[in-house]
Amino acid sequence: MRKLVFPFLLMCISINAQNPSAKEIIEKVDKNMSADSRVFTSKMIIHNPRNTRTVESKSWSIGEKKSYTEYLSPAREQGTKMLKLEDQLWIFSPSTDRIIQISGHMLRQSVMGSDLSYEDMMEDPHLLNHYSGKVDGEEKIAERNCWVISLTANTPEVAYQVQKVWVDKDRFIPLKKELYAKSGLLLKKLELSDVLQIQGRWFPKKMLFKDVLKEGDGTEFDIQDIEFNVKIPDYIFSKASLKK
Amino acid sequence: MIRFLLKGILRDKQRSLLPVVIVIIGVFLTVALFCWLNGVLNDSIELNARFNAGHVKIMTAAYAKNVDQLPNDLALTGVDTLLIRLKKEFPEMTWAERIHFGGLIDAPDNKGETRAQGPAMGFGIDLLSGDRSETERFNLEKSLRRGRLPLHHGEILMSDDFSRKLKVNPGDTVTLIGSTMNGSMTMYNYTVCGTIVFGTGPMDQGSVIADLEDIRNALDMNNAAGEIVGYLADNYYDEKKIGQFVTRFAGLYPASKDEYAPVVVTLRQQNSLGQMIDQIKGLGGFAVFIFVLSMSLVLWNAGLLGGLRRYPEFGLRLAIGEDYSHIYSSMLYESVLIGIIGSIIGTSIGLLASLYMQHHGLDLSSMMKNATILMPTVFHTRITPTAFYIGFIPGLFSTVIGTALSGIGIYKRKTAQLFKELEA
Repeated sequence: MRKLVFPFLLMCISINAQNPSAKEIIEKVDKNMSADSRVFTSKMIIHNPRNTRTVESKSWSIGEKKSYTEYLSPAREQGTKMLKLEDQLWIFSPSTDRIIQISGHMLRQSVMGSDLSYEDMMEDPHLLNHYSGKVDGEEKIAERNCWVISLTANTPEVAYQVQKVWVDKDRFIPLKKELYAKSGLLLKKLELSDVLQIQGRWFPKKMLFKDVLKEGDGTEFDIQDIEFNVKIPDYIFSKASLKK
Repeated sequence: MIRFLLKGILRDKQRSLLPVVIVIIGVFLTVALFCWLNGVLNDSIELNARFNAGHVKIMTAAYAKNVDQLPNDLALTGVDTLLIRLKKEFPEMTWAERIHFGGLIDAPDNKGETRAQGPAMGFGIDLLSGDRSETERFNLEKSLRRGRLPLHHGEILMSDDFSRKLKVNPGDTVTLIGSTMNGSMTMYNYTVCGTIVFGTGPMDQGSVIADLEDIRNALDMNNAAGEIVGYLADNYYDEKKIGQFVTRFAGLYPASKDEYAPVVVTLRQQNSLGQMIDQIKGLGGFAVFIFVLSMSLVLWNAGLLGGLRRYPEFGLRLAIGEDYSHIYSSMLYESVLIGIIGSIIGTSIGLLASLYMQHHGLDLSSMMKNATILMPTVFHTRITPTAFYIGFIPGLFSTVIGTALSGIGIYKRKTAQLFKELEA
């Protein structure tokens, strides 16, 4: 009997080692995707039903709470700046020389007519802080083996109460996401690609957002360049910097 | 005989005055009520047509499907070319481009921070091209409460209630926060040049009006418009003419799968206006029918009373040898004359009173302060061809029928008893 128990326990331990828990996977995803701070420039290619527009911006963020974005092009949007502190957002429009504050559900509105909301664009949430998950299985996405994980929000504040995430088994990067409302309604789909190693971490340079409640072919979000854990001066995250 | 009867009516006031007066009153009331109901219906239709629906409205198919949401991302593009074609193909109509939009009006304090903010329903209409059609359709000059109409780009009119709510005065700057045609948030500064009172609850609660080009700039809608509204030349909604227009439009722009292709929607097809028109017409027709019926009964009764009142006279005439049928026919002719005289006078007075009301109207704004639907506050009558003859139904026919019924009694009189009756 003893001869049988030992190999069985060994087998269990080994299976467990091969199949990390959802928490472990999310932790590794957060290590890749989130940072204490980051600065990046991006190009948003918005495929509306009638036209395609490209919007370029530069963003600075510290953790989940502070974020600042300045639009670089097109001419109509150039100089528009957005500051998000906690759950409040200030937008500066150079043509009016006004700063307008928006908050609450307005933060879930589309940015520049894209498939991204202000929250999508400006937040860098650690999944582990907001969700608990379970591994549903394994699937192949773009020829890569992935864990399929269901995430359920621990707090009612998050925009997407349920997420289904396909995480690359080797690089611990989400390659696909489905974002749901509490009712179970699918809100958005996300495809992440062009995964590169940047500052010792894997990071997807391209993201294709598709708001399924909106017409059009989605919005490509291309990171042009990104730096993690850089020191960002405090004045950036002040209302005074909006008018500079 | 007619001349003889006419002289009798004119000379014997005791015999004719009361029936004629009753017919005049009845016919006057019938004509006036008919014109009033017509006017109320027409005012309601025209108000909706002027502010919103037009007699027809051209939109993209996709915009038309979601018109309640003011989806300017689905607006018509290449509007200049479309307008040229519409003006060429339908010269009998006048056309106006409009952008109907929703947004927030934000009033800043002296530091530029938000002091007050409120949701606004806005119209971008042609105010500065020199064509005054839209200014007149929106009745802006008469609606102006403070300040003046826009004379320069960057100026905006606000409903007076809204401006007072936001504590904004002419000369102040406000920011429109809205959504561009591409869905981006947009902010655009305007100077409030004047405030207006439309006299309709929903419009007065939070409306802003600016020149079309300014709104195009704000909403990034270059050469685009949410709607092109069309009006028949005489500004009177004529369903037959509109039906002909729709057929011709369908020939020029056949049904297409392209959701951005222009489609036409008539006034009837918008905002349940067709249902409203039918209901008002039905109710109006029913009210007129009941009124005509009741007036007919009154005048019939007057005819009966007239016949009975003259009972001794007919007995005397029979006694001196006049024929039954001659008396009966003379009674009928007489009632026809009374009916015609009363109807002509009653219709004339009714039409004159209606004409006055058609021009001046009746202001009921104090009773409609809290109205939440788009209804006129000054009601006018409207004279239509029917108004010229509708009064003759109770005025002539009922009087004659009443007389005819009462006159049947003549045939029951027995000549042998006539002198006894007279002695009595």
